[in-house]
Amino acid sequence: MLIKSQKDFYSGLLFMVIGIAFAWGATTYTIGTGARMGPGYFPLMLGILMALLGAVIIFNAMIFKTEDGDKIGAWAWKPLFFVIAANLVFGVMLGGLPSIKLPAMGMIAAIYVLTFVAALAGEEFKLKEVTILATLLAIASYLGFIVLLQLQFQAWPTFITG
Amino acid sequence: MDLIANLSLGFGVAFTPINLLYAFIGCFLGTVIGVLPGIGPVATIAMLLPATYALPPVSALIMLAGIYYGAQYGGSTTAILVNLPGETSSVVTCIDGYQMARQGRAGPALAAAGLGSFFAGCVGTLVLAAFAVPLTEVAFKFGPAEYFSLMVLGLIGAVVLASGSLLKAIGMILLGLLLGLVGTDVNSGVARFSFDIPELTDGIGFIVIAMGVFGYGEIISNLGKHESEREVFTTKVKGLMPTKQDFKRMVPAVLRGTALGSVLGILPGGGAVMAAFGAYTIEKKTKLQPGEVPFGKGNIRGVAAPESANNAASQTSFIPLLTLGIPPNAVMALMVGAMTIHNIQPGPQVMTSNPELFWGLIASMWIGNAMLIILNLPLIGMWIKLLTVPYRWLFPAIVLFCAIGVYSTNNNTFDVWMVGIFGFVGYLFIKLGVEPAPLLLGFILGPMMEENLRRALLLSRGDWSVMVTRPLSASLLAAAAALLVVVLLPSIKKKREEAFVED
Repeated sequence: MLIKSQKDFYSGLLFMVIGIAFAWGATTYTIGTGARMGPGYFPLMLGILMALLGAVIIFNAMIFKTEDGDKIGAWAWKPLFFVIAANLVFGVMLGGLPSIKLPAMGMIAAIYVLTFVAALAGEEFKLKEVTILATLLAIASYLGFIVLLQLQFQAWPTFITG
Repeated sequence: MDLIANLSLGFGVAFTPINLLYAFIGCFLGTVIGVLPGIGPVATIAMLLPATYALPPVSALIMLAGIYYGAQYGGSTTAILVNLPGETSSVVTCIDGYQMARQGRAGPALAAAGLGSFFAGCVGTLVLAAFAVPLTEVAFKFGPAEYFSLMVLGLIGAVVLASGSLLKAIGMILLGLLLGLVGTDVNSGVARFSFDIPELTDGIGFIVIAMGVFGYGEIISNLGKHESEREVFTTKVKGLMPTKQDFKRMVPAVLRGTALGSVLGILPGGGAVMAAFGAYTIEKKTKLQPGEVPFGKGNIRGVAAPESANNAASQTSFIPLLTLGIPPNAVMALMVGAMTIHNIQPGPQVMTSNPELFWGLIASMWIGNAMLIILNLPLIGMWIKLLTVPYRWLFPAIVLFCAIGVYSTNNNTFDVWMVGIFGFVGYLFIKLGVEPAPLLLGFILGPMMEENLRRALLLSRGDWSVMVTRPLSASLLAAAAALLVVVLLPSIKKKREEAFVED
């Protein structure tokens, strides 16, 4: 049988897999009865419901014709990678990573790194532009979040502030 | 008159210089960020939520309400100028608004949206103030079974209006409900689905999901498109105010939109979207006056009616939130989160335990609307300028604000890792064509639904029929079933698809 709608097929599959996973996970907790529900009761119910729904969506995706096959289309791997990476690097720089003995570098450094990594996700990368942008963002964030809103951020690297 | 006494109490709270300032800052920030393409009110509020942590609760909520209105208005601005709806309720605004912009009439379109929204906002505030008290009394009659049924109705209401596949939208709700259950179970103390990660025993932060799915997901998908698909109209804007003729056509459209929006907003579930679509359909059904531009070609009524409808609805959608504590849409779900952070449990008791907060918030909504108009009419030119900022400068800033916002919620880097995961998930959702908004709604309602279901069945000794034997609960469930049937009827299904596809 052919897949008539790729998007629907895979979203159905996703729902089914997650539904089964949650339902299976729920069975490791006490289920209980309707009158005295255990922690597993509600998630088990929802998980089964979701798996069934996923199955129906898959079924529909193989039956009903769509005009162009509802293709998922190309993945934007580059932006996906760099945006997520920028986010992760920001976390590492801000909080440090004890497992590799990286000290916390603070918000300012983290902003620079984030801006540079994120900018790589775009279509063009101009070093000068990105540097200016990072500087502006760092100043604005320092003034906005630390000076004005007084959020508890570490602004500078640990080895400077001590 | 109680209404007047209550409103004056509210205005007394809201009219302090400091709260006025926060309302102004909120409106301003909301508009600035809402104007950015691809960021709707949900992402804007999620992003700016941490900025309100340090404030006292009343000020924080006033500022958030300002952000909300600002973001919504900003969303219409991008809908009109770049044909990019920041949220589902401004999808219809795109149809005629963008056509007006292409004809160089972006100014009148923006003004029509602004003025219509302001009028609708004023009416909505009055409706809210008038209906809040009687509805709160109804709320006290609600038992767990009624709450459960109401949430079912709300969730169903939210999906029947979601664009695209109904089944997929229900799937997203279920996924949201399940994600909401992650963390420690309040009744048994068991940590569910936490994989022995200590941070997960507190549950997944809703900001983490909102930012990841709405913020990162949209950025990634935007970057995946080509520069040419993000076309911007900036050169041809001339003439700001609508002409006399425009006003004559606008006024009845605004009135109809406001009336429809105020009613639909009270119903739980996607009121603003339903109102906007409904208002547009009504306008389309009315006869064109001689010399009037047809719909879809830049008719000003096609902007004024849906914009006033969605603003009236977004105003009255505070009613279920403030009286029952049930968020009718994703934005209100974020407001629940914000209230909880400030130690306010949304629900009927807010009005009696915190009257200043309750009426202050209502009064500040009116103030927020007034500020928006003051802020936006003279600044339309500036918003258009902001759109000329290249996306390659914008998106690193957006990524940064998301990351900072997430980290500042708990000062915990674990949340930063989680938002990365949800960013990927959000992009996956976009690729698969599933709408993420129902997920957020389910996520907020998950624990509440479980809690109420447990209580209801405990009281009935495990008898499920309690849901249909209690009249209030039965009628709520019947309404939910009716909604589903209506949408699934073939004739209406076809109409609904038309409404989303056309033009």
